[in-house]
Amino acid sequence: MSQKLHDNERIKIESNFLRGKLVEGINNNTTGSFLPDEVQLVKFHGLYQQDHRDFRAERKQQKLEPLYSFLLRARLPGGVVTPEQWLEIDRIAEELTDAGSIRITTRQTFQYHGIFKRNLKSVFQELKFKANIDSIFTAGDVNRNTICTSNPEQSELHTEVYELSKKISEHFLPKSNAYAEIWLDGEKVLDTEEEEPIYHNIFLPRKFKIAVVLPPYNDVDIHANDLNFIAIIEDDKITGYNVVVGAGLGMTHGDKTTFPRLGDDFGFITVDKVMEVAEAVVTTQRDLGGRVSRSHARTKYTLETHGIETFKKEVEKRAGITFAAPGAYEFTERGDRIGWVKGIDNKWHLTVFIENGRILDFDGKPLKSGLVKIAKVHQGTFRMTANQNLVIASVPESEKDNIEKLARECGLIDDGTSDQRIDSMACVSLPTCPLAMAEAERYLPSLTDDVEGLLAKHGIAKDHIILRITGCPNGCGRAMLAEVGLVGKAPGRYNLHLGGNRIGTRIPKMYAENIDEATIVSTLDELIGRWATERNQDEDFGDFVIRAGIISEVVVAARDFYA
Amino acid sequence: MALNNLSALTSPLSESQLAQLQQATAGLDAVQTAWVSGYLAGVSQGPVTAAAPTQSAGQSLTILVGSQTGNAKGVAQELAEQATAKGIPNQLISMADYKVKAIKDESHVIVVASTNGEGEAPDDAIDLHAFLASKKAPKLAGLKFAVLSLGDSSYEFFCQTGKDFEQRLQALGGEIITERLDADVDYQEVTQAWFDKALTAVEATLEKAGTSTTAAVATGTIVTENKYNKQNPFSASLLTSQKITGDRSAKDVRHIEIDLEGSDLHYTAGDALGVWFKNNQNMVDELIDKLGLDATKEVTVGDNKIALKEALIEEYELTGTHPGFIEGYAALTENKALQKLAEDKNACRDFANNNQVVDVVTATGNDKVTEENFVALLRRSSPRLYSIASSQTEVEDEVHLTVGAVVFENEAGQQRGGSASTFLSHRLQEGEEVKVFIEDNHNFRLPANPDTPVIMVGPGTGIAPFRAFMQEREASEATGKNWLLFGDQTFNEDFLYQVEWQTHLKSGLLTKLDLAFSRDQAEKIYVQDRLQENAAEVFKWLQDGAHFYVCGDANRMAKDVQTTLIDIISKQGKLSLEDAEEYLTELRQAKRYQRDVY
Repeated sequence: MSQKLHDNERIKIESNFLRGKLVEGINNNTTGSFLPDEVQLVKFHGLYQQDHRDFRAERKQQKLEPLYSFLLRARLPGGVVTPEQWLEIDRIAEELTDAGSIRITTRQTFQYHGIFKRNLKSVFQELKFKANIDSIFTAGDVNRNTICTSNPEQSELHTEVYELSKKISEHFLPKSNAYAEIWLDGEKVLDTEEEEPIYHNIFLPRKFKIAVVLPPYNDVDIHANDLNFIAIIEDDKITGYNVVVGAGLGMTHGDKTTFPRLGDDFGFITVDKVMEVAEAVVTTQRDLGGRVSRSHARTKYTLETHGIETFKKEVEKRAGITFAAPGAYEFTERGDRIGWVKGIDNKWHLTVFIENGRILDFDGKPLKSGLVKIAKVHQGTFRMTANQNLVIASVPESEKDNIEKLARECGLIDDGTSDQRIDSMACVSLPTCPLAMAEAERYLPSLTDDVEGLLAKHGIAKDHIILRITGCPNGCGRAMLAEVGLVGKAPGRYNLHLGGNRIGTRIPKMYAENIDEATIVSTLDELIGRWATERNQDEDFGDFVIRAGIISEVVVAARDFYA
Repeated sequence: MALNNLSALTSPLSESQLAQLQQATAGLDAVQTAWVSGYLAGVSQGPVTAAAPTQSAGQSLTILVGSQTGNAKGVAQELAEQATAKGIPNQLISMADYKVKAIKDESHVIVVASTNGEGEAPDDAIDLHAFLASKKAPKLAGLKFAVLSLGDSSYEFFCQTGKDFEQRLQALGGEIITERLDADVDYQEVTQAWFDKALTAVEATLEKAGTSTTAAVATGTIVTENKYNKQNPFSASLLTSQKITGDRSAKDVRHIEIDLEGSDLHYTAGDALGVWFKNNQNMVDELIDKLGLDATKEVTVGDNKIALKEALIEEYELTGTHPGFIEGYAALTENKALQKLAEDKNACRDFANNNQVVDVVTATGNDKVTEENFVALLRRSSPRLYSIASSQTEVEDEVHLTVGAVVFENEAGQQRGGSASTFLSHRLQEGEEVKVFIEDNHNFRLPANPDTPVIMVGPGTGIAPFRAFMQEREASEATGKNWLLFGDQTFNEDFLYQVEWQTHLKSGLLTKLDLAFSRDQAEKIYVQDRLQENAAEVFKWLQDGAHFYVCGDANRMAKDVQTTLIDIISKQGKLSLEDAEEYLTELRQAKRYQRDVY
């Protein structure tokens, strides 16, 4: 290979294990931004440099630099926090971020938006020292926040997958002390030859996502992850895991060599081999993954380039195992079960729907202060879900009424929320995400209103469709696993994809390109109308559009997605 | 011919010249008389190159001017021209350029001095002002002097500096030859009468040398070469008015670009632009409406008759209320509450400071008010001066300003604003005309030596002249180091010209940039705190010959910066506070400590 490596490879190697000139950058108070190399490096520390895009043009006129701020994504494997941690998370959002919100993400953690550079160190230190939370490796070319199924009913099984996700997360943390040195005023560890046994000094070619999955729920959306461990359950015990490798949803507009891809099931491993296999998959991707083009660097392309069998054999060799035939499992649903459920431990669990995952005091819905009231009395935990919702978990019978009352008061429980709204999701996009091409989070509520209206118009108000918007083709909003997926193309313009299924195991195909909001609604009007009258018994929208020949099915993405 | 028999009728000399000639030759012996006759013969045949006889033989008038914004300088210049026209030998000199000890050699002095906000002397005048009050001050018996002081009666210490000069010169033995004039903002209406009186008094007492009827007018650096001036401003057009504070700023600061094409006006970095403004038409309508007057009725303005509305928009001061207006309006309307207020000078001044004319007339009955008697209560408007934010080497026919639009709510919640700042920022549309002139400021200049380092302290709109300085230094490829200290409320929204400073930092033109944003953290941080943090470096720069400039708020910032600077000099230089002050005084005298504060 004589092709030139992507410049990010140089940045990583030259960074002295992710230090770069970050300290100088923090101390330079004449700009709210970092230098270009450091903009890449901060990602490994859990930050994205962004600017308020609503003000970009205006500030140029005003002879001001863009209004830079940072997104910080916490590392929270499995998404579990205590009420004490919640109160600190809430306070930090209030005191040190411009958005003032806590945003639950599809990565089962939370993000702060709008941290100005001068406040970064305070946020890092408050999070670490008051809430014992860090943001190491929640972005960048490393293993990101490890997620697991939120299954409150089966508390023992949930504990097992949650503990595994924590163990995986910690296993893939860096050995370097850079994070503490730079952000926590930790001591500089001199005289030690630093090395990263898993990452070396080149880290991974691209982001890497791991999920631990407890069927029959696919709330983690396995086909968004590079590596999934799917629990195989016999007699209420986890006997081992199926290893699904090479899924991913990102693509690039206009580049047909990029596409969303489902993962391949390598087979079954026993519980004791999980860490070996995880490390083997990660290091194989480290060594085989492409480093020339970042849009072709994720594990899914490594599988396509080198062949699934080659990759699998390499993993077996490195892990010292042989994959057994896949264990049997079934997914029945993907969404969260909103409302109360009683666990096998006799504790109650309340899952509340958070539109867009955004926790803030809205008019008539003071979600943020409501959660503070709950955190002050709650004895269990809070669990963030990969669908951007929140579980108020492990509530004793005696406290159930009180929690319900508090949740109703602030609008966390709203009986008027339709199933359609619960099945709708969007990434952040404008105004802060630098990649955004079109609105997503700010567009979702009104689009959901429209779809609710269409369902009612066609007499099927109680039905619902998995509806997702993502502001760019990178796919944080996971629109490529929706029944109706919108991918931002330009302001007010989207590609409309149809034909995903309810459980998230089929990729939707593009039905209309670059259409405006009115066209989206009129198109859906016609299709929902047909679905209402022509569908079979219990036929979901995504299945219907394929059977009716409205869109063709994507079976093998590399072959079918653009066909 | 015996000198004794000479008379004005038979000689070309005036009475006073004759008297001087007689006096000068009275005690001469025959040899001396012969020498003088030979000397006079020589003089009559060629140009006089030796000024010595003039000085020894006659007295002259020294006009000392202490100016901050240039008004006093303008007045002094007019006075000097008229003195020259009357044949009074005179020299006009800025107090900043004056060797203070020379005061003991003066025979006739006219002081023209303005006063800063809280009664302090303007920067030009500080040294002389302090010298005359010090133990070193000489006896001045024989000095004949007069004082013209300029001020603004809406301030508590109206014309204080002029009063100080008069009191001190008198205490040192000087004789007042004309009663002091304390001129208010509309000084142009009263100065001429005073010039006549004062110059007559000077003429009557001045001993002139026979040969020297027109001594050179040493206006020195004060000479202005532009053909447009305050009385004869240039009609320029507004090119750009761009808000340069962010969307969420508490402030509305504008970058203003004005086209000077065709004017041949030139300015130097450090100069100010005088701007004649028009009052807000809506506010004038409201005022006329409240008073129940006729907008079209003509009133007398100077020698002209102008419709009331136009007069109020163009000719009168409506935003800076002066206590005299309240007094006069109270008397006219027999308004008890206002009359009571007018009796308490301090309360009246406060009220005037906080209420525009339109809000003073709000609560009062006004059936006695007429178009004519109302405008008679008002002061004529005067132009506002803005430090120029550009260098002509960079922008050529343009002039740039940095204007903070003053906008606030009155007690009734109505929006009010500063007259000139809102005129420039909000009312004047791009392409429209604005009358301007250049006001030289020779006391705010880059070092002549391009290698000399400079420290610039310019928080808020005080940044303006430093933008000009940097453009100038860039264009002239000056190699001296440049250190800027800027501050405002917030980094995100109020970092004026942020992108330009970043560019200058990157290119290396700007050596160091220190920022103080008061509202970005729990504790307030100001530019003086940044100076203090960099104390050792500040002192080192000064020791290396740096010039130190301050521009912006006079009342608080400039004082705090000066206190900090003295502290730094004292601690870093291991000097007593007194010696540190002396160090600063020497910097000022060497023109290395210059301020443009308001």
